[in-house]
Amino acid sequence: MSDDFLRVDRLTKAYGANIVVRGVGFAFARGEFISLLGPSGCGKTTILRMIAGFETPSSGTIHVDGRDITGLRPDQRRLGMVFQAYALFPNLTVGDNIGFGLKVAGVGREERRARVEEMLRLIGLPGFERRYPYELSGGQQQRVALARAIAPRPRLLLLDEPLSALDAKIRVALREQIRAIQRDLGITTVFVTHDQEEALSISDRIVVMNAGNIEQTGTPHDIYNRPATRFVAAFVGQLNHIETVVADPAARTVTIDGQPATLPALPEGAAAGTPVTFTLRPEMLSIGPRPGNDVTLAGTVADVSFLGSVIRMRVSLGRNVVSLDTFNDRRAAPPARGEPVTVSLSSRDLLAL
Amino acid sequence: MKPSKFWAWAAFALGAAYFLVPLLATFEFSLRMRRGYYSFDSYASVFSDPAFQATFLYSSLIGVLAIVLGVLVVVPAVYFVRLRLPRLRPLMEFVTLLPLVIPAIVLVYGYIRLYNSSSLIPFTGSALGTDILLTCAYVTLALPYMYRAVDTGMRAIDVRTLTEAARILGASTATIIARIILPNILVAVLSGAFLTFAIVIGEFTIASLLNRPAFGPYLQNIGANRAYEPSALAIISFLVTWGAMGMIQLLARFAPRTSVRTD
Repeated sequence: MSDDFLRVDRLTKAYGANIVVRGVGFAFARGEFISLLGPSGCGKTTILRMIAGFETPSSGTIHVDGRDITGLRPDQRRLGMVFQAYALFPNLTVGDNIGFGLKVAGVGREERRARVEEMLRLIGLPGFERRYPYELSGGQQQRVALARAIAPRPRLLLLDEPLSALDAKIRVALREQIRAIQRDLGITTVFVTHDQEEALSISDRIVVMNAGNIEQTGTPHDIYNRPATRFVAAFVGQLNHIETVVADPAARTVTIDGQPATLPALPEGAAAGTPVTFTLRPEMLSIGPRPGNDVTLAGTVADVSFLGSVIRMRVSLGRNVVSLDTFNDRRAAPPARGEPVTVSLSSRDLLAL
Repeated sequence: MKPSKFWAWAAFALGAAYFLVPLLATFEFSLRMRRGYYSFDSYASVFSDPAFQATFLYSSLIGVLAIVLGVLVVVPAVYFVRLRLPRLRPLMEFVTLLPLVIPAIVLVYGYIRLYNSSSLIPFTGSALGTDILLTCAYVTLALPYMYRAVDTGMRAIDVRTLTEAARILGASTATIIARIILPNILVAVLSGAFLTFAIVIGEFTIASLLNRPAFGPYLQNIGANRAYEPSALAIISFLVTWGAMGMIQLLARFAPRTSVRTD
């Protein structure tokens, strides 16, 4: 699978002196589901709007299927887009909304009707043709907006935070449905979100952005487990920062609040007595020993939050306070605050950033 | 009854009397054409007057043309200012208020100086030309109302996102305005249209000075020469205006419903 169906080269967007996208480049294969993930103002929506043609790049090019579309108007690009605010046409029925792109393209009435029916079946709303948008729930409206975007068979589907305006439960259900439909149709999709859980759960690949730059591009597994920068590590998922002091560089030993630990490697040039900060995901820590964990630390429980299937604890090791997640076990009550516990981890999971 | 309610009703009654007493007096007077008892003779006299029918029809036609022209000018202007030149909005607000500040007599003298039969664009040289000029003058006169109605209508919908949604589906600007924007602000446009109609039907100054056979000059002429018919005409004019206002109220019920939901 070649990575050149959607190719963005050195894309820059500036509003006067304010540069919001700084020479961004990426390439993705046909049929991939790509997420642009980042905090507000990182430039992800601007990139999506430049791909759509609603913003003109200050420099750089956008190619879709080998063709340069940078200079084309939005109506010439043959793309589909779903907006955060649904943007269904209030004066048109569900059927006319879905058939709008086909009608504009001059598709005949019968063919249009058949395609609308097919789309309604696909989104699980058969028989809704004659309803108006105000008669539908938010989730149903967004499904209609999705059907409207894919009805004209676009080359690329753009999703601009389509789940942000929905309640939590509907959001999860709809994101699964979007992914299933995307897989069924094999349509290349660019999804903009600031929600890391959404991006991790739905994407083939994720582009993590910050301040107009790409921090890392990779699969959800890579992004989560091998963050390339401190920003990615902090933005995607929860993260513990553990402050250590180098004890013996030759033996690769450090102390964590006075407790010794031997690590596979230390940052280059780390001299004895210098502080080094490592990061670690909460789920990499466990209460008590676990096979494969070679570092054991003593601490006391500072706080316990019961989150349903997961129990999140904060354990004080001294100056370091770490978060750790364990699964709920109905046969054993979680430790109480102030209770002394032993925490174990694998030294290979510690990342020096 | 609580004192606060009593005073509220008293204020309302006083205000209502201020408007209704002269109207009732006019209506009562319009029924007195036949000596000794009330009749609708003055109304029969007005309706049977060929000049009434001709001038009312003429003003109605000019009113409809002014509405069509007003919609064609104002809707795209408001749309593009909202979408592409939002910085021009204060200027637009100011310009559309000018017809309220500049008296109609000043406007029409300006027109006559600019478009008289010996000028470069001699609109007043022919009846058709003058009719066109009169229509344009009424578009200007109704501009403050039409602009505000359309602007309010566009404020109620997300013009930018709807435009982008239609645009990426392949629609041209003309298609977007005709098929998406206009239907969604139709109620607002119609309320602007009825206000325009109400203004045109009663307008005297411009029609009189351009010497056109409109309803306003007819009203003035009857008022100067007859006794009971002017009262009947005043009541008829009120009914036409109220009819137009009532239509605005009725249409407001059909305004596009919001579909913003999170469930």
